[in-house]
Amino acid sequence: MLSADARIEIRRVIREHARLPVDVDTLDDGADLFAAGMTSHASVNLMLALEDAFDLEFPDRMLTRGVFESVGAIGDAIAELTPSADGNLPLNGGGA
Amino acid sequence: MSVLVDSERAFLAEIRRIAQEVAGVAADEVDRDARFPAEALEALRSAGALSAAVPDALGGDGVSLETIARCCFELARRCSSTAMVFAMHQIQVITIARHLDRAPWFESYLRDLAREQRLVASVTSEVGTGGDMGRSIAAATPLDGGELRFEKQAPTVSYGVHADDLFTTLRRAPDAEPGDQILVLTKSGQAELEPASVWDTLGMRGTCSPGFVVRAQFGSEQVLPTPFAEVMSQSLVPLSHILWSHVWLGIATEAFERARAFVRTSARQKPGEPLPAALRLSHVMAELALLRGEVSQALNDFVQADDEAGRERLMTMASVLRFNNLKLAASEQAPRVCGGALEVVGILGYKNDTPYSVGRHLRDALSARLMVANERLHATDAALLLIAKEA
Repeated sequence: MLSADARIEIRRVIREHARLPVDVDTLDDGADLFAAGMTSHASVNLMLALEDAFDLEFPDRMLTRGVFESVGAIGDAIAELTPSADGNLPLNGGGA
Repeated sequence: MSVLVDSERAFLAEIRRIAQEVAGVAADEVDRDARFPAEALEALRSAGALSAAVPDALGGDGVSLETIARCCFELARRCSSTAMVFAMHQIQVITIARHLDRAPWFESYLRDLAREQRLVASVTSEVGTGGDMGRSIAAATPLDGGELRFEKQAPTVSYGVHADDLFTTLRRAPDAEPGDQILVLTKSGQAELEPASVWDTLGMRGTCSPGFVVRAQFGSEQVLPTPFAEVMSQSLVPLSHILWSHVWLGIATEAFERARAFVRTSARQKPGEPLPAALRLSHVMAELALLRGEVSQALNDFVQADDEAGRERLMTMASVLRFNNLKLAASEQAPRVCGGALEVVGILGYKNDTPYSVGRHLRDALSARLMVANERLHATDAALLLIAKEA
């Protein structure tokens, strides 16, 4: 389960890097980001920014469209990769 | 290829016969006149080849991808245009068969296709998208009464007027984003093609691929049920690159064989004398071996990944890179082999009327790097490389 801070951080990264034509806060956690207008090029930038913000690396098996298609799916992926399993932000905070 | 069952061996033998006796005989004329290889397609229909890849349960022969790929190679040795039409048709058919998700309309369609040997063309390119198949402008637009329609400006539709049915990429709805796409199969009678340009090209002249404005009206059951991204990653993109590459390998192999025949003839005329052409032929053989290695390894990789549960590996960026790399390598290597063959043969290869002519092969092979422009694939790969960890 991800912390509330982590969820806010995911939405911040999406807002800055997914280049959506709509504000991410108008989308619920399950909404399809690609259907909302995220291009595959923007999705790569989103992945990079998430790796930086959460100080982790997505392995190749997770680099699929499905893992990045919604706020909820991204949260699940980050939870899976975060050792403490609570998705706390690293102390250095990540990029801003 | 050693595991081919007898029925597939017989099918391959029949395709090889059609390649030699029908497609090969007409190839020069097809090229010169930029005309559709109608006699070869008629022979392929008679052999039931247009439904070879349709599962047995739906009236086809359930022929394996390995054998279909081999057929592309054999046809391409004799007539590139016939081979490319065959390859493109099989890409559409295999994609539909893999993703119809038991939808009754599509199952019934494949039965019709098998019974009537219907030819399917694709309408994927679109004016204004810069060659990006992952974006569409034309949209499926609802009409009163539940049907849908579209109008699409397509810069190239290979064998469009010779096809029975069209497989078209569209935006899901008039208000959908460019990347929110669907695939629609329309049958003859539902679509009209208004010619927008002519097809007078350097090579691949018999594929007859001018531009059209395509207009069609269809039912919502004609939308392929599987999500577009899955269809693209698991089938349409890798299968295209694999079957196209087998066509290019066939073209390059034939150019090499003509150069080899030339060198042998020369050697027999002056036994024991130094033969510079033989040395050059050895260089060309090494280039051909690289091409063959990549093409067959990519096919094996696909078959292996496809056997895994859920085809998850085909959905990864590593998989996109893998099959883009096949396309990049094969499309540059095939004309390199053909150019090398031309240097081996010299003027008799440059002339169009000798047993050693390789001009047609070189011109046809040069289409490879433009069929989905290599620079577009490099741009995609460059972005993916920032994040992908393997390949």
